[in-house]
Amino acid sequence: MSFLELDRVAKQFGAQTVVDDFSLTVGKGEFVSFLGPSGCGKTTTLQMIAGFLDPSRGAIRLEGRDLTAVQPAKRGLGIVFQSYALFPHMTAAENVAFGLEMRRVPRSECRERVRATLAMVGLAGYEERYPRRMSGGQQQRVALARALVIRPSVLLLDEPLSNLDAKLREEMQIELRQIQRNLGTTTILVTHDQNEAMSLSDRIVVMSQGRIEQIGTPQETYERPASAFVSQFLGKTNDFAATIDRTATPGRLIAGSWSAPAPAGLAGPVTVSIRPERIGFGDAGLAAKIVTRIFQGNHWLFQCESECGAVIVIRQNDGQPQPAEGEAVRLAWRPEDMSLRRAGAAA
Amino acid sequence: MRTNGPLALTFHTIFVVIMLAPILVVCLVAFTPEGYLSLPTHSFSLRWFRAIANYPEFVHAFWVSLGLGALSSLVAVLFAVPAALAIARYSFRGRDTLAALFLSPLMIPHVVLGIAFLRFFTAIGIGGSFAGLLVAHVVVVFPFALRLTLAAATGMDRSIEMAAVSLGAGDWTLFRRVTLPLILPGVISGWALAFIQSFDDLTMTVFLATPGTETLPVRMFLYIQDNIDPLVTSVSASVIAITMTALILLDRFYGLDRVLAGKNDPGR
Amino acid sequence: MSAVVDAAPPSAKPATDGRDARTAWLLTAPALMLFVGVLVIPLAMTVMLSFHDWGQYKGIEPVFILKNWHEVATDPYFAEMFWRTFRIALLTTLITAVLGAPEAYILNRMSGRWKSFFLLVILGPLLISVVARTLGWALLFGGSNGLVNKLLMSLGLIGSPLPFMFTETGIVIALAHVMMPFMVLSVWAALQRVDPQIENAALSLGAGPFTIIRRIVLPQIMPGVLSGAIIVFSLSASAFATPAIIGGRRLKVAATLAYDEFLNTLNWPLGAAVAVLLLVALVLIVVGSNALIERRYAEVFR
Repeated sequence: MSFLELDRVAKQFGAQTVVDDFSLTVGKGEFVSFLGPSGCGKTTTLQMIAGFLDPSRGAIRLEGRDLTAVQPAKRGLGIVFQSYALFPHMTAAENVAFGLEMRRVPRSECRERVRATLAMVGLAGYEERYPRRMSGGQQQRVALARALVIRPSVLLLDEPLSNLDAKLREEMQIELRQIQRNLGTTTILVTHDQNEAMSLSDRIVVMSQGRIEQIGTPQETYERPASAFVSQFLGKTNDFAATIDRTATPGRLIAGSWSAPAPAGLAGPVTVSIRPERIGFGDAGLAAKIVTRIFQGNHWLFQCESECGAVIVIRQNDGQPQPAEGEAVRLAWRPEDMSLRRAGAAA
Repeated sequence: MRTNGPLALTFHTIFVVIMLAPILVVCLVAFTPEGYLSLPTHSFSLRWFRAIANYPEFVHAFWVSLGLGALSSLVAVLFAVPAALAIARYSFRGRDTLAALFLSPLMIPHVVLGIAFLRFFTAIGIGGSFAGLLVAHVVVVFPFALRLTLAAATGMDRSIEMAAVSLGAGDWTLFRRVTLPLILPGVISGWALAFIQSFDDLTMTVFLATPGTETLPVRMFLYIQDNIDPLVTSVSASVIAITMTALILLDRFYGLDRVLAGKNDPGR
Repeated sequence: MSAVVDAAPPSAKPATDGRDARTAWLLTAPALMLFVGVLVIPLAMTVMLSFHDWGQYKGIEPVFILKNWHEVATDPYFAEMFWRTFRIALLTTLITAVLGAPEAYILNRMSGRWKSFFLLVILGPLLISVVARTLGWALLFGGSNGLVNKLLMSLGLIGSPLPFMFTETGIVIALAHVMMPFMVLSVWAALQRVDPQIENAALSLGAGPFTIIRRIVLPQIMPGVLSGAIIVFSLSASAFATPAIIGGRRLKVAATLAYDEFLNTLNWPLGAAVAVLLLVALVLIVVGSNALIERRYAEVFR
């Protein structure tokens, strides 16, 4: 199972700890994303895997071998950089061929592999183009081809799609996923874009301030965030304070005049967290007033003011009439859509 | 942005005329048919250009300047490239001091440099030699080579090098196939600027040159000290013509803005 | 003949271990050895030389005496010469600033093609030997043979040639011409950092053209003018070719005096003292005014 293993890896620059206690095992063929805001240490971790930085503590192993003892040039990893980092003085084909040249692959085989890889990323016929004569999306594909042609044991992607416009980014996500599936290359993606992480990865590592907040599948991290940070970072969420009263049986979850049966487990002050798309307008539930209503094509976004503070509600645009601004409504949700944390467990 | 009014354009015209007048006068007087300094009013004559041939010191001095400029700027670049790479990418103790030392010839008056070199070369017994002149010029033009190479190296996207390393390039391959091609525009600009500085230097060279190693500016200066006649204007005009031709050629084949700005714009 | 005085390349990123530092020193070692061997040692020897003794017949005597420094400090001839040197440099700086800054501003407002054409015309002379450029002034104003003098006299506007050669005025004018490209370049660079929309903003707020220049443009290009002034001043104070050609043997400045002591009188120790004093004075002035400007304009620079 364990193909790439990071064992309590830490990195310090002077007195500043940028990555701390980072442990992760990645299976062969798995697609793992490091997700977090800028400065969370995700790129530093990637650079340590690539070998451009040495870890201050901990070990990085690939198939059981210690990777930190291997020169970056000998690690055989494929890397796609945020800036693409194409060699501007070489054509697309020369760029892709560079890694093969370094491996002294015979010329004819080299030519064939370059052609095939460029074709795979949809750039057949672009062999003789120089990077600056290509669009951002095309440069991105050349960078991907250059990293893949050497058949890397691990593919490292450092914010590869962040310089593309929204539409192209979506296309590239789908394509990247397909290519990765077909080749079965173990892949690590560094990104600050939660949509990108969710649509591409088998597992997501959510990071904040140099530490891992949660490791899990996209569904797990979205549905069962381990901390307030994770729940807020992965999409919009509504958090409000409540209390679980165990004096009565069964216990009740109380927030102001609103209350609901309490789930088993916690007691005392808690934080309730509900995704906006899980909230509906009903006849009973939390009383609220709609402050703003925004039409966003396939859905409506409501900002409501309730006893427990501001609540965001997202409703599918299914053609049904929606409540208007200023209207009084009741907000309702299924008990299982609500996730509870002990209050004060991280900001 | 607003456009220039008539007052501004008048100022500009006078400014440009004054800037060009002394240079134009030198070029015009060079064509005088007379034996003394005068503007060619009736006819243009090449007699003073032909006269250069009868004064081999000027021709010799020109070749000395050319060789000295080409060689000293080349040596300066060879020293400057590794130094620039080190300063641009490593932060190490003493880095700022080192950079200040390397750029210091820009701050030191050339008279002082001329005196220091004269004293030093005389003391170690290579006074008046071409080798001494060469070393002195290397030091003086070094900052120009360093600065433009440094700008290119600092402006370069480091992830390009990381990409090459991740693909398996070793140190030397990395330098030869990736780093050098990327900083080459800066290096060439640095070389060109260094050459110009060396070619034009008078103040320092006048202390070091001896009759065999006189450069063109030195020869011209010493000639003017004795007498000003049309010969020195025809020599000046020739140098100006050569400079302009070189600039036009450079612009045609390489791009003058790239030389002057040291811009990093590789690819063809 | 050149001193563009901004140094300090931008800081590199952190993260340096011992291996990096060793590589860095290895890469800079050749240049460092060159500079220590052929710059630091000769300069130190020159400073030492200024303390040696010299006599007409005995030549240089390697002893440690203060004779030369005493002579430079007490003989009014040297005081007058240094005063003249700095007066010329200051006037030259003033002229280039007063004429060069407006020219750079006008240049910057021209349309693309004219802009690059005139920029080339004004900066181009930098590539032409100072000797040739100064020669031009000698041809225009040199005595009764000077072309402008001849013209004015034939028109009957002046009776005798305008005094130019061997005068301070002549040196200042020719030197200002030689130094002008540095000032234009420096102000030009400062103008490139100014948002072109900012004048329109001031205009929309009701400012007149004079107010715009005084309140909006000038404060922003002042750092460029001042750094240009430092360059021009230090180059003018140590200029050799122009004062030597226009001023001749009669009107000495620091550089030409040192030259004479070395190559004519052969009193090297005295020449070295003059040169070292010039160097120290210039370094103090340049470093001092740099610090002043940086403090004053810290916000504009960053």
